[in-house]
Amino acid sequence: MLAGLAVGVAVGTGLYTFTYAHGGSYLTNDPHACANCHVMREQYDGWVRSTHHATATCNDCHTPHDPIGKMTTKARNGFWHSLHFTLGDFPDPIQIKPHNRAIVEKNCRSCHGPIVAMMTAGHPSSDPSCIRCHGSVGHP
Amino acid sequence: MRRGGGSPVRNAFIVAVVAAIAAGGIAALLINIFQRKAEGRNPFYRVVEINENTEDPAVWGKNFPAEYDGYKRTVDMVRTRYGGSEAEERTPTAADPRSIVARSRLEQDPRLKTMWAGYAFAVDFREERGHAYMLDDQTFTERQLVTSQPGACLHCHASIVVPYRKLGDGDLTRGFDRMNAMSYADARKLVTHPIACIDCHNPQTMELRVTRPGFMEGIRALKASQGIQNYDVNKDATRQEMRSYVCGQCHVEYYFKGKEKRLVYPWAKGIKIEEIQAYYDEIQQKDWIHADTGAPVLKAQHPEFEMWSQGIHARSGVACADCHMPYMREGALKISDHHVQSPLLNINRACQTCHKFSEDELRQRVEIIQDRTFKLRNQAMDALVDLIEDLKHAQTIGQNEVRLESARRYQRLAQFRLDFVEAENSNGFHAPQEAARILGESIDFSRKGQIVLRDGTKGRN
Repeated sequence: MLAGLAVGVAVGTGLYTFTYAHGGSYLTNDPHACANCHVMREQYDGWVRSTHHATATCNDCHTPHDPIGKMTTKARNGFWHSLHFTLGDFPDPIQIKPHNRAIVEKNCRSCHGPIVAMMTAGHPSSDPSCIRCHGSVGHP
Repeated sequence: MRRGGGSPVRNAFIVAVVAAIAAGGIAALLINIFQRKAEGRNPFYRVVEINENTEDPAVWGKNFPAEYDGYKRTVDMVRTRYGGSEAEERTPTAADPRSIVARSRLEQDPRLKTMWAGYAFAVDFREERGHAYMLDDQTFTERQLVTSQPGACLHCHASIVVPYRKLGDGDLTRGFDRMNAMSYADARKLVTHPIACIDCHNPQTMELRVTRPGFMEGIRALKASQGIQNYDVNKDATRQEMRSYVCGQCHVEYYFKGKEKRLVYPWAKGIKIEEIQAYYDEIQQKDWIHADTGAPVLKAQHPEFEMWSQGIHARSGVACADCHMPYMREGALKISDHHVQSPLLNINRACQTCHKFSEDELRQRVEIIQDRTFKLRNQAMDALVDLIEDLKHAQTIGQNEVRLESARRYQRLAQFRLDFVEAENSNGFHAPQEAARILGESIDFSRKGQIVLRDGTKGRN
């Protein structure tokens, strides 16, 4: 009885919060969704003026391109964002974590693979970082 | 051994606890989102009326609580490797009620006393503290006891807009003229606050504005030297320029001109050290006669604006406020951090907006520049002390006057350059190569001065 009530409260507030916070928008590809919560406003504004604006959205660089990987990454980041934005214990300007950085690097190569292959030909062990030098192509 | 799983009641209890914690977490998230949305809708509430007579920052703070909170934090005393201040207890006296002061720089480096021999700075000179202390530290420094300072000092040590207007019968510049010539003690009675909101902001629009006549005239002279006539900083400067100019109103080199002690920024020939030196030479300005050598010397005063203007950040269009008052998020609002402080205490916001490297890496980059500058500064200081010792000796043995005068001239050049870097509050960071160039010249002048005093060498200048 008590457990049922508690689960009901959790599900109820959860559903309400999901709707109130436009949770549905996070399932889409719309870059507006990423600026829902103010924290990524500068990145969004930067992307609007960036060279990649015409060819890539947030998700094209920041989530894996297979549907399962994409949704897992969104769920994972969504959880940590909710937690840290609620607690307020995060650096601002925000900083990318190694896991998410690896996703971005992989996505650079999914479009620019041929040119990277030419650069690394003859140096099979090298794996240069694209965004170390090209960090502002998506947003500053 | 117990079986895993437990009783149904126990399991239900665990589910209930987990669900309750989840519900609590979700509620916290919900409230947080609600607050951010509310802040996003109403960025500003006008609670009180603010006008040109509202001097008290606490009143402005009612309309701008986030900015006011930061402003009040300038009381913090924090050290970085080379800057900031450390609190030192002292027993308050009737003349000086301060129970906490910053540490004496003279005790940390006694060579400063040699450089400033005969000048008030050789008596009392401490680590610079935050904006909150500017009025008290100026009022109670022992320098006040050994020399009579003019009212002109308050141009930058107090909130001055309202007092200038009152004293000038409504006219800012007339008030400036009148207060400059007053004694410090008399002028001190006319001011109440350290720098406040009204000194940088238009009370109607909150736009940045320059209110210091010294800077208005100084920047006009500087622009005229670059071929731009009748420059009016409050009309002609861009918003981004103003984010440096409001700081440059005070963080500059200056002198008091004539008997009326008019505060002047020496920029009519340009803003670089040799241009300032040329200006001072032309008007034969000296701040005092050096007690040990008789040289007519100059004291440099916190030339941050001048040094910054020679550096890569200024060239890239980065303003003082970008690093010392970086943008920050207060809930859903974006504001300028009004806790003006060293960027080294706020690397995330101050540096990482542009520089995508770790905080540790960025701190090291700054400290490498500062370590090198400090080493060179110490070499310049040793060279200057050597020259002063040689000059003292040469005077006692009756060295010929032409050579003595030439060596004194070198002391003036060397000392102003060393002090220009020493008094500047970034320890080289604002313009690393420029600081090194200036210190290199200082060492050169000190050693040339010593050579002049050697027998058999021709004095030259």
